[in-house]
Amino acid sequence: MIELVEETARARSIVLDLPDWRGHRAGQHVDLRLTAEDGYQAQRSYSIASAPEDEHVVLTVERLDNGEVSPYLVDELRVGDRLELRGPVGGWFVWHAELGGPLLLLGGGSGVVPLRAMLRHHSAIESRVPLRLLYSVRTLDDVAYRDELAGLTGVEIRLTLTRSWPEGWRGYRRRIDRALLEEVAWPPAERPLVYVCGATGFVETAADLLVQLGYDPDRIRTERFGPTGG
Amino acid sequence: MSSFSRGFRGRRRLEADPARVPPGQYVTGDFPVLSAGPTPRTPLDRWTFEVAGALDEPLRLSWDELQALPSETVSVDIHCVTGWSKLDTTWAGVSLDTLLDGVETAAEYALAFSDGGYTTNLPLDDLLGGKAWIAYAYDGEPLDPEHGGPARLLVPHLYFWKSAKWVRGLRLLEEDEPGFWEGFGYHNYGDPWKEQRYRGD
Repeated sequence: MIELVEETARARSIVLDLPDWRGHRAGQHVDLRLTAEDGYQAQRSYSIASAPEDEHVVLTVERLDNGEVSPYLVDELRVGDRLELRGPVGGWFVWHAELGGPLLLLGGGSGVVPLRAMLRHHSAIESRVPLRLLYSVRTLDDVAYRDELAGLTGVEIRLTLTRSWPEGWRGYRRRIDRALLEEVAWPPAERPLVYVCGATGFVETAADLLVQLGYDPDRIRTERFGPTGG
Repeated sequence: MSSFSRGFRGRRRLEADPARVPPGQYVTGDFPVLSAGPTPRTPLDRWTFEVAGALDEPLRLSWDELQALPSETVSVDIHCVTGWSKLDTTWAGVSLDTLLDGVETAAEYALAFSDGGYTTNLPLDDLLGGKAWIAYAYDGEPLDPEHGGPARLLVPHLYFWKSAKWVRGLRLLEEDEPGFWEGFGYHNYGDPWKEQRYRGD
């Protein structure tokens, strides 16, 4: 582990130096295993936040208050510590150029992590596939990769804040709903390829609404974070 | 690789009998949801369960016909490849022994298929002998769509991705054929006690 980056008060990115890494695709995750001194082990999956083209593999981890592993990763881990991990894992929730678009990325909370890998990959390969990200998060302070998202060109980033918003906030101010999706998503006739990632409630709501609005279920890929994922 | 993670103690879950928790798993009281796409919602009057492939007469059951078969209530431990295990889960449904009773086949494998296009493969022997059910109730209630309702395959001795949600039938095969996750690098068999998570394990 070579660098730590505070993303929000509850999340940080862990930059890894992996000499034997065989590469990954945007959207994949790793299985990370911690071992206590007495041999006790705990294993969890974390999405990769970096693009395949990035120099280092980066994980972004959000602290879950009752979690067993995430508080250690967010609060205890220090530069120079070694981590045992396996991956990349998962071949479905991935995006690469041959899959085309237009691309609609819907992220709830830390569900934005694998979508950020897709954004960075899209940018690294100078893809012309139209891309929109709708990122739903509680408050502006909970927005990860804020400067990076603000600096992106050629893609459309929409934020919705669900709990509180700063004065003069011009983005959306509610949880994802039908009207919000109708406004943000390309029309069903354009057959967007949709990636939805977040907690189960967010994913169920978004995917159900998209199906009701006439989007092809076969072009909607989902990934969920269980409440016990930490 | 370091032999331990500096400063990590973990939170032992002493309430769980370690003999019931496979390696690399942790016990949860929740019921996390995992799936690759939107939750399908097929009306029960259009729901059927088919057994097709290597058998003389394909089987096709309506929802009412499935309900009319003798049901069993079982309490089992389930193990998800993402790391959680849930102990003492209670399901009701029809045993595959009941469903396939009288079926003559040379097949040694089965590919379960579901609404939404999901598939998973397993040896036919793993579906027989009191090891697998078509489950339509969880904890005494109709199975929630998020958890695979109206009916899902329940094969608790294998990782839970083998317990196909929204199951609509089985194709009996003489040659094995990888299912959805098996084609994406997950283990072909998936025994949690041997930690067969990914291809090559």
